Amino acid sequence: MNLELPPKILEEINRICEEKKLGKEEKEKIIANVRKAWESCLITPGVAIGVVAAQSIGEPGTQLTMRTKLTSGVGEITITLGLPRLIEILDAKKEPSTPTMQIYLKKEYRNAEDAKRVAKKLLEITCKNIADEITIDLIEKRIEILLNLKKMKALGVRFDEVNAALRNLLKAFKIRKKENWIILTPKRRRIGVKELYDAKNFVENLHIKGIHGIKQVLPIKERDEWIIKTSGSNLKDVLKLKEVDPTRTITNDIFEVARVLGIEAARNMIVEEIERTLSEQGVVVDIRHILLIADLMCWSGRIRGVTRYGITGEKASVLTRASFEIPLHHLVEASIFNEIDEFRSIIPNVIANQPIPIGTGIPKLIYGVSEDGGNRGAKEK
Amino acid sequence: MEQEICREKIAGIEFRMLSPEMIKKMAVVKITSSELYDADGYPTEGGLMDPRMGSIDPALRCRTCGGSINDCPGHFGYIELAYPVIHVEYVPLIYNFLRCTCRKCGRILMSDEECEKWKAKILKAESKIRRKYIVGQIINKLKNVKKCPHCHTIQEKIKLEKPSTFYEGNKQLTPIDVRERLEKVPDQDCILLGLDPNVGRPEWAVLTLLPIPPPSMRPTITLETGQRSEDDLTHKLSDIIRNNERLYENLNAGAPEVIIEDLWELLQYHVTTYFNNTIAQIPVARHRSGRPLKTLAQRIRGKDGIFRKHLAGKRVNFCARTVISPDPFIGIDEVGVPLEIAMELTVPERVNELNIEQMKKYIENAENYPCALYVVTPDNKRKRVTKETKELILKELAPGYIVERQLQDGDIVLFNRQPSLHKISIIAHRVKVLPYRSFRINVCATIPYNADFDGDEMNLHVPQTEEARAEAEILMSVRQHILTPRYGLPIIGCIQDYVLGCYLLTQPDTLVEEDEAQKILYFMGIYDMPEPDVKKDGKRYYSGKLLFSCSLPKVNYEDKNLSCRKCEKCKLEKCEYGAYVKIRNGKLISGCIDAKLIAPEKGFLIQKIVNDLGMKEAYDFIQKVSMLGILFLQYHGSSIYISDTDLPPEAIKEIKEEIRRGVEKVDRLIEIYRKGELEAYPGKTLEETFELMAMMELNRTRNKVAQIVEKYISSPNIPTLQMARSGARGSLSNLASMAACVGQQNLRGLRIRRGYKERTLPHFERGDLSAAARGFITHGYKAGLTPIEFFFHSIVGRDSVMDTSLRTPRSGYLQRRLVNALQDLKVSYDLSVRDSENKIVQFIYGEDGLDPTFHKIVEGVINELRAST
Repeated sequence: MNLELPPKILEEINRICEEKKLGKEEKEKIIANVRKAWESCLITPGVAIGVVAAQSIGEPGTQLTMRTKLTSGVGEITITLGLPRLIEILDAKKEPSTPTMQIYLKKEYRNAEDAKRVAKKLLEITCKNIADEITIDLIEKRIEILLNLKKMKALGVRFDEVNAALRNLLKAFKIRKKENWIILTPKRRRIGVKELYDAKNFVENLHIKGIHGIKQVLPIKERDEWIIKTSGSNLKDVLKLKEVDPTRTITNDIFEVARVLGIEAARNMIVEEIERTLSEQGVVVDIRHILLIADLMCWSGRIRGVTRYGITGEKASVLTRASFEIPLHHLVEASIFNEIDEFRSIIPNVIANQPIPIGTGIPKLIYGVSEDGGNRGAKEK
Repeated sequence: MEQEICREKIAGIEFRMLSPEMIKKMAVVKITSSELYDADGYPTEGGLMDPRMGSIDPALRCRTCGGSINDCPGHFGYIELAYPVIHVEYVPLIYNFLRCTCRKCGRILMSDEECEKWKAKILKAESKIRRKYIVGQIINKLKNVKKCPHCHTIQEKIKLEKPSTFYEGNKQLTPIDVRERLEKVPDQDCILLGLDPNVGRPEWAVLTLLPIPPPSMRPTITLETGQRSEDDLTHKLSDIIRNNERLYENLNAGAPEVIIEDLWELLQYHVTTYFNNTIAQIPVARHRSGRPLKTLAQRIRGKDGIFRKHLAGKRVNFCARTVISPDPFIGIDEVGVPLEIAMELTVPERVNELNIEQMKKYIENAENYPCALYVVTPDNKRKRVTKETKELILKELAPGYIVERQLQDGDIVLFNRQPSLHKISIIAHRVKVLPYRSFRINVCATIPYNADFDGDEMNLHVPQTEEARAEAEILMSVRQHILTPRYGLPIIGCIQDYVLGCYLLTQPDTLVEEDEAQKILYFMGIYDMPEPDVKKDGKRYYSGKLLFSCSLPKVNYEDKNLSCRKCEKCKLEKCEYGAYVKIRNGKLISGCIDAKLIAPEKGFLIQKIVNDLGMKEAYDFIQKVSMLGILFLQYHGSSIYISDTDLPPEAIKEIKEEIRRGVEKVDRLIEIYRKGELEAYPGKTLEETFELMAMMELNRTRNKVAQIVEKYISSPNIPTLQMARSGARGSLSNLASMAACVGQQNLRGLRIRRGYKERTLPHFERGDLSAAARGFITHGYKAGLTPIEFFFHSIVGRDSVMDTSLRTPRSGYLQRRLVNALQDLKVSYDLSVRDSENKIVQFIYGEDGLDPTFHKIVEGVINELRAST
């Protein structure tokens, strides 16, 4: 078989050759040498590399901590770590338990002032954040908001912004300002108490400013560069900001990455997140194992978790699925859809005490053995 | 035992619904009686134990096929249900059909054009999974359709009251109604709801006949008292039959509808629990003793279900299990097997012209070790070899016979320790038969198994075919697993005593007397001894370096070891700490050997040898170096004392002073914090900042203490220190904990703050933030902890125990899921990774096709290129 040397290795050789100013002939010789070494280290066909990868990631699981949270910053930016995070990634949970973003800024904005300014812009502010009190006046049938001017100033919210937000989103109420109070009176005369309550809840969480979902921001200096860490994630909207460097800004929400940047990005994200989670705890695992798992999770175009509904649940072999979890469900469904297990997977062959189609079970004899012990010629397969 | 060559293979299993005709066709008997046995204790004809369904009595033969208990698999029977009953497991199917087809005409609630469109989509689906998805879409679309496009009937809403009652509006649909409706659905519409009409009909989900599994599936247990005890399934089936009989009787007698309905419902209940006894909303069927019955679904499901216990998991013969103990004098790839076990386990050997004499010797030796236990003739008869039979057997023995001889030295066996978390939890070893009753393994081989000797037991398996032995030897032997596939570093290497031995041996001034050195070399298997290189006081000595070089293959190596202090300018070979290890052509030139070079999971020297010279040389090196290490340590002697942790009075004074200073600094911090003069770190609250600063201060104090300890115990001859420096075991920090100060106890990364309201213990005032009140331990283990310190120490200890015990099951489940998801992936001949359906997951494995076990070799070659001129 004729395989090319992987580009990464070739690049490395080129670089070394350039550094040492080697001639073409010498370079060829070096390439031949490396090639020889490379060929001797190639993976053996047939190897059950999936199992090896699974074991390589699963076995150090016992060494990871359960300590879930790492507080880094203003009280609330926490990151799930260790085993729970690993499980979260592999389960392909729709939302991580602690979504965070790392927002990088474009060159001209990489300073403390701009970072702080952008951070302010990002932070989602709801009515609750700037109000001291939001109450219902049952006699007058109206909602009263007591604004906290200090907070508003600190968060950089102007009154007209609040007003605009209320006006745009709360069409059924009239808005009036009285000193620090905003009074909302329903346009309709008759209004039920329940409606009023709903309206109050709505007002409490009314989005005034910033980007949806960004609950905390923290401008921080990391390696000579100001970046913004957040809790809460909204990649799509953050990337739209002109100050943000869209090439490096990243979230830890894998599904969001898949939605915004595509499945390939999500796959890289999974690799990076697993790698980071493991190496944070001092566990070394070869990148190839992680690549394989990430590829299997993303290869269908959707992200599938390592769960009964994900990868295992979508296997073609009925018996493989059934022997993992919820066997009854799979057997009943198989009978309805007239499924056929073609014994190409491992489990069915183990069940039937036949050689498994992997590793040394792959090669077959060309000559079959007939009843009387002689050969009966070449088999087709 | 001659194994039959299996020529046929199961190529597949097709799953279908059972039709009533099929139930009748595959049955050999119609069960009519609920009586199991007649007055004489024989199974009744037409009863649940009808002998035509196959015998479970070893004395009787099957009345249908004539087979005995061993070769008759049993035959099904059936019963006719008086009224149809819904099969619980198919309730979702029935529900979908009822909702998505016309209540009146039975057509699917979809116009003909749309039918065609969807049908084409379904038939085009490349996999069953895709098909399921499309069917799901159809159902979602149709379940709320209000009017039939075919007969224009207004559709009333169908409700499902779990587990198996259907309502149309407020009217209950009996199973008879349901069945009638399902029968009306035309074949061409079935496929749109996922059911292939060629193999299944929806009305089959409403049972009119019930297949009765043969007694071999539900064998009777006879107790010693002669009492018979029936299987749970038999109990359940007899409930069904009894109820069915009563229903028939009442129907024939024309009983009032209420009674019929009650009986019908009861029958439904029994059939439901017969299939699945864990359905929500209905009471669990119980045995007379009150124990829930284990019916069909329970037999299949879970860890003890048929899938995981018997189908995917197999039990084997030719295995042994006992406690393990260490033996440094057997090879790393050997396993010491107790004689008693070796005498029990056998290896089959086929007799041929070349080995017939040897085989005869085994038979001749009958009942002594090593001998043959059985001989299998070509026509598959097993004969036990005893003193009485051996003459006869010897006479007939000829090529083609198989002799099952006892296990002996050199046989290949598989050795395993649970939990088998990775592939190196099962490795092939060579047998070494030894006295006493435990398995012996070399300490170097414990790491892949994660074994120790505090009572661990391990399993041993003897492969029984030539192919299996070949695979074990070539693919599974210890030699093949020096490198771990997880990241390509050595997993087998020297630990503890071995490391310490080598460390001491390679100290610059170590000399070994000539005769002692030669003993060691002899044990290492080196008979070609070099000349002693040092002469002192008329005696001849071997230097430690020379002795160590004897274990080395021809390798070049240059690196810094653990003792390196990262000086600004490296003095290379002239390093006064012996930190620069240089090996030229298999000769140790400078530096001393420590854990970084030869221990597992680091082992850079071993790694280098694998890269340059291959596995075999590396294996030999580990074997020799471990022998060298342990023998030298034995000769040199090493043992730790409580006095290792003794400190001179001035050291104690200095340490006390240092701790006092640290604690005071924290007190000052508290003051600043209380006054509100502390400046918060960016992104932290004031309190967090304070805690962080306090922790930093206390950790600094503790490190300082460790440095003082090291300074005063600077005599390198203290074994505890030697252990720490060589990386054999323990650390300087451990030593400081014993000698001087345990330090801050951290709970989840913070100082201890839990406990009482605003304080950790009632010994402190509320709001006390001082070092002592938050778990700083100022004493060492040797001096002893105060009760309060002891308590803090226990908190942290308990937390880590809890963490471990909660983590184990979680990571175990993760492992199971991962393996299940990835088990079918394999590397094809074109180095692409494919799954069981031959779908490509990666075009080239790992993007460069390299084996993770060996990828460091390529790295090594490139690094060398870079270093060379």
